[in-house]
Amino acid sequence: MAASEGLLQAVAEAIGDGLLATDEDRAGAPILVVERGSLLKVCRLLRDGEWGFTHLSGVWGVDYLAMGLEPRFAVVYYLYSPSLRSRVAVKVPLEESDPVVPSVVEIFPTANWHERETFDMFGIRFEGHPNLARILMPDDATIHPLRKDVPLGGEEVEFTHNAERIRRQRAAESPEVSRN
Amino acid sequence: MANEPQIQQDDEVMLLNMGPQHPATHGVLRLVLALDGEVIRECTPVIGYLHSGFEKTYESKKYQQCVTLTDRMDYLNPLGNNLAFALAVEKLLGVEAPPRAQVIRVLLAELTRIQSHLVGLGSNGLDLGASSPIMYAFRDREMLLDIFEMVSGQRMMTSYIRPGGLAKDIPPGFEEAVQRFIDYFPEKLDEYHGLLTRNPIWMDRMVGVGKLTAEQCLELGVTGPMLRAAGIPRDLRKDMPYSGYESYDFQVVTRTESDCYARYLVRMDEMRESLKIVQQALNRIPDGPYVLDDFKHAYPPRQLISDQMEALIHHFKLATEGYRVPPGEVYSAIESPRGELGFYIVADGSGKPYRVHVRTPSFTNLQCLPVMAKGGFIADLVNMIAAIDPIMGDVDR
Repeated sequence: MAASEGLLQAVAEAIGDGLLATDEDRAGAPILVVERGSLLKVCRLLRDGEWGFTHLSGVWGVDYLAMGLEPRFAVVYYLYSPSLRSRVAVKVPLEESDPVVPSVVEIFPTANWHERETFDMFGIRFEGHPNLARILMPDDATIHPLRKDVPLGGEEVEFTHNAERIRRQRAAESPEVSRN
Repeated sequence: MANEPQIQQDDEVMLLNMGPQHPATHGVLRLVLALDGEVIRECTPVIGYLHSGFEKTYESKKYQQCVTLTDRMDYLNPLGNNLAFALAVEKLLGVEAPPRAQVIRVLLAELTRIQSHLVGLGSNGLDLGASSPIMYAFRDREMLLDIFEMVSGQRMMTSYIRPGGLAKDIPPGFEEAVQRFIDYFPEKLDEYHGLLTRNPIWMDRMVGVGKLTAEQCLELGVTGPMLRAAGIPRDLRKDMPYSGYESYDFQVVTRTESDCYARYLVRMDEMRESLKIVQQALNRIPDGPYVLDDFKHAYPPRQLISDQMEALIHHFKLATEGYRVPPGEVYSAIESPRGELGFYIVADGSGKPYRVHVRTPSFTNLQCLPVMAKGGFIADLVNMIAAIDPIMGDVDR
């Protein structure tokens, strides 16, 4: 990662306080934690700058709820530079109350479906996305399944020790179903 | 399913729904087409019919259980998916598989690439009404599936490559079986070239169909044979080598035409290159352990469990708790038969991954279908889908 020193410096110069922290993943790729206001600027700099991070591998979310970290969400972008043959990650932390991040579709058209998937799975909204609709889940789904507070199974299994509580819960949620 | 597309209707345009149950869409892919006569004005893929929540399921499984999920995502690249996951977990653990395991991994990953391209070839032929290629391709693929069954006990859901090495050592007779295939297959490849490559019907249907410029491919994040058919020699096996790929002698196959015919030829030539790698790997399988001998990460051999108290304890701990992976995150990608296959894993120090995201090549490559189909004939659409070679389990996960 010969480029990583100069890269961090250039990013810090370009966006100043927008660069919240830097880290490294276990494969040695630098992670730039940036504020969402600086995201587009960083993406343009990485794509058009001397490093040539022209390939966006993907966009995805992480929900840190169960780890107890603040803020709750993060959106992760992994970029690849064919000339340097190395990767860099950009990470944007997002508050639970306001999970909105600018869309990078203008800069990387491939992000279109990736951002839709992240919206579908986490409920993170991408401002400026041409068609931010669910992509994998049904249109009428009410949950964002990869959030940590969505259980893996849809329903808790009834046993003698929890049957009473589950029935009470169901009755409270939808009275007409549980009457039978 | 997700996102019913809004397409402007007028007198000239007919809306046609294609799929999700359609034999030529390579799975449960649904396309909503706006047609002007036979010309496609707009094509909107609707995906999600095979969404099975793999990424959520990973979070509830121990790392060694996760391996079994990886091959179920892409049934044509089981060993490649196993390998991608194993490499990501090994990076988190800070370990590396022993040399014997590395060579066998490369060998099997390349055999998997050949069988994936064989199915792609066969189904592409079927899509165009040629029903003999699929018979020939499946005949040869059967030899490879027998080899997979030999090593792992399973023809398709192998789960053979595990973090730390392999599930077990290669059985006696494995080398001979692989050598038999290496000796047998080149002649068959020539036969397929003779059957299809200069076939006038095949060329009529393939040449100039589904064109994409290199710029369009790059913008849309296309990887794998599709990108190489656009003249861009990008291959993670060369660019960011893993498992010792840098020490094998092979070419990155490229074409410049960027149509369905070029993609077909790239895949055909890639099979030959893969065969070269298989031969090199077969000649150099070293002796030694097939898995880390650190029983904190890998099961002790059966004999040791009967003999040693410690081995029994390790086995018990691994089976009940799994191994703990130190906190951290990693993105690690391999070159699958379809392109860049990457695993992003966040570990929180427990025996289960905290978050797994799979960057699958089929999902990203399918995005280029609307661009490719626009202005083309509806009869060519199945051909274009076959040239992307998507696996719907890999798209929807």
